[in-house]
Amino acid sequence: MTKNNDKQLFQEYKDTLKMEKKVVISWQLAILVGFIALWEISSRLYWIDPLIFSSPVQVFEVIISSISEGSMLLHLQITLFETIAGFLIGTIGGIIIATLLWSSKRFAKIMDPYLVILNAMPKVALGPILIVALGTGYISIITMGAIICVIITTLVVYSAFNEVDPNYEKVLISFGATRWQSFKEAIFPAAMPAMISTLKVNVGLSWVGVIVGEFLVAKNGLGYLIIYGFQVFDFSLVLSSLVLIAVFAAIMYKLVERLEGWLIKHST
Amino acid sequence: MSFLQLAHVSHHYFSKKGYTKALDDVSFSIREGEFIALLGPSGCGKSTILSIIAGIMEQTSGNVLLQDKPIRDSEMAIGYMLQQDYLFPWKTIIDNVLLGPKISKTLGNDSRKLANELLNEVGLPGVAENYPSSLSGGMRQRVALVRTLINDPKILLLDEPFSALDYQTKLKLEDLVAQLLKTYNKTTILVTHDIGEAIAMSDKIFIMDANPGTIAKTFEVPIELRNETPFFVRRHPKYQILFDKIWKELDTEENEPVTAKVVASSDDQEQ
Ligand SMILES: Nc1ncnc2c1ncn2[C@@H]1O[C@H](COP(=O)(O)OP(=O)(O)OP(=O)(O)O)[C@@H](O)[C@H]1O
Ligand SMILES: [Mg+2]
Repeated sequence: MTKNNDKQLFQEYKDTLKMEKKVVISWQLAILVGFIALWEISSRLYWIDPLIFSSPVQVFEVIISSISEGSMLLHLQITLFETIAGFLIGTIGGIIIATLLWSSKRFAKIMDPYLVILNAMPKVALGPILIVALGTGYISIITMGAIICVIITTLVVYSAFNEVDPNYEKVLISFGATRWQSFKEAIFPAAMPAMISTLKVNVGLSWVGVIVGEFLVAKNGLGYLIIYGFQVFDFSLVLSSLVLIAVFAAIMYKLVERLEGWLIKHST
Repeated sequence: MSFLQLAHVSHHYFSKKGYTKALDDVSFSIREGEFIALLGPSGCGKSTILSIIAGIMEQTSGNVLLQDKPIRDSEMAIGYMLQQDYLFPWKTIIDNVLLGPKISKTLGNDSRKLANELLNEVGLPGVAENYPSSLSGGMRQRVALVRTLINDPKILLLDEPFSALDYQTKLKLEDLVAQLLKTYNKTTILVTHDIGEAIAMSDKIFIMDANPGTIAKTFEVPIELRNETPFFVRRHPKYQILFDKIWKELDTEENEPVTAKVVASSDDQEQ
């Protein structure tokens, strides 16, 4: 009797969870649909200037036609490639630099003021210098995407290394571990959650770096399309590029989130 | 013959603000197979002594000798169980236990087998693939003990291993540990706040004074008590007599300040 009752209560609890989820998703969809509808209507009724703000239908048409003609796919591919490359180089580079800092306290102390300056400096301001130094190709755009996340990754990961409870290291030292063994067995895995959370931040940052890089120099890519559309006053093109960026940035974020879940499961 | 010997060991902790003298001229020696308890107020330097013997820190003066050779040159394994279990949460129980062999690069089927045997022996069969978070405090402490024992240490350093446990678990673990250490004839130093635990488990008790840390007095545990299991020691008539003596000794210390104060360096005072 009570067992049935327990099960029933659990079922009710699950139902309320499901209900809550449904409500949230309905609202999310309603906002999206409402926004698109409002945009379309205000554009048609000339509440806003359709020449500047375009309209969902037009944006959709531009995306479809440019995809079928192939040019959009090319731009999209290039930007995605640059962003992913910048993201990976920046993140892995940051972790490697943090490891070097950890390996020598003195090195870390010496580097401290330079890291502070580099962190405070708006990295996109380095754009012109990068272009002069590395040319106008992919390299400088990828560098831009990487440079914007490498410093913050370094700082966050290094401080995570330092915050690991020293007693884990003590356990290892009492077994006769070398410093490198301590790093591998305790410091690195213990700092894993912090590293994972920098991944999410870095997705957003590397998009910023790459788009700004493309603004400055590129002949291809979504950033270039935005600038081009702006110059020829084709705001449907500008907005379609924006929509694509939003969609793919969101997809990348979700993938990183998946990766995060997987990493947490397999590293804790 | 003394197995482990501390000769005039002092230790200072330094910081920008000044220094703390945690140990002052501590000397004692321990025979092989002996069980020593260190008893004293919080902050008297018990953990510091263990860290120095374990080689985690170096004393600022004096010598620590293992079989008449400096302990740093010794190849002999020293097992150190910290004040908390410090199991690695991202490793399974078996991987935690096998940490020592992994570090010393002796990991093989033998150590795996030994790990499972020891886990059985402490009453934890079938948890090898679990993670520490799924174990109770007492179970975790037992895993930490196995992790220490698997390296076959000649000296075992236990820093309040039972302090975080409930009374019943604590009594059971005391019996288990005492029996294990007797079987393997380990030399052991146990740090504790609990007078009863010190009497129940050890052969000799060092009472420490704080500020700076020194050995104030040594008590020998009567032979009748040494041969009993910890649980039954507590019911022995001689137990209460020794308990009262130690209580009195600690009580006289209590009037003194407990924590070592930081001595400000002279240029700091000028500012
Ligand atoms: N890392 C450190 N830096 C500075 N001072 C320290 C450090 N560790 C310990 N001390 C000081 O040294 C003294 C002895 O500390 P220790 O940890 O050895 O005491 P304890 O006897 O183990 O105390 P408890 O019973 O509370 O564990 C204390 O006064 C403490 O403040
Ligand atoms: Mg202590």
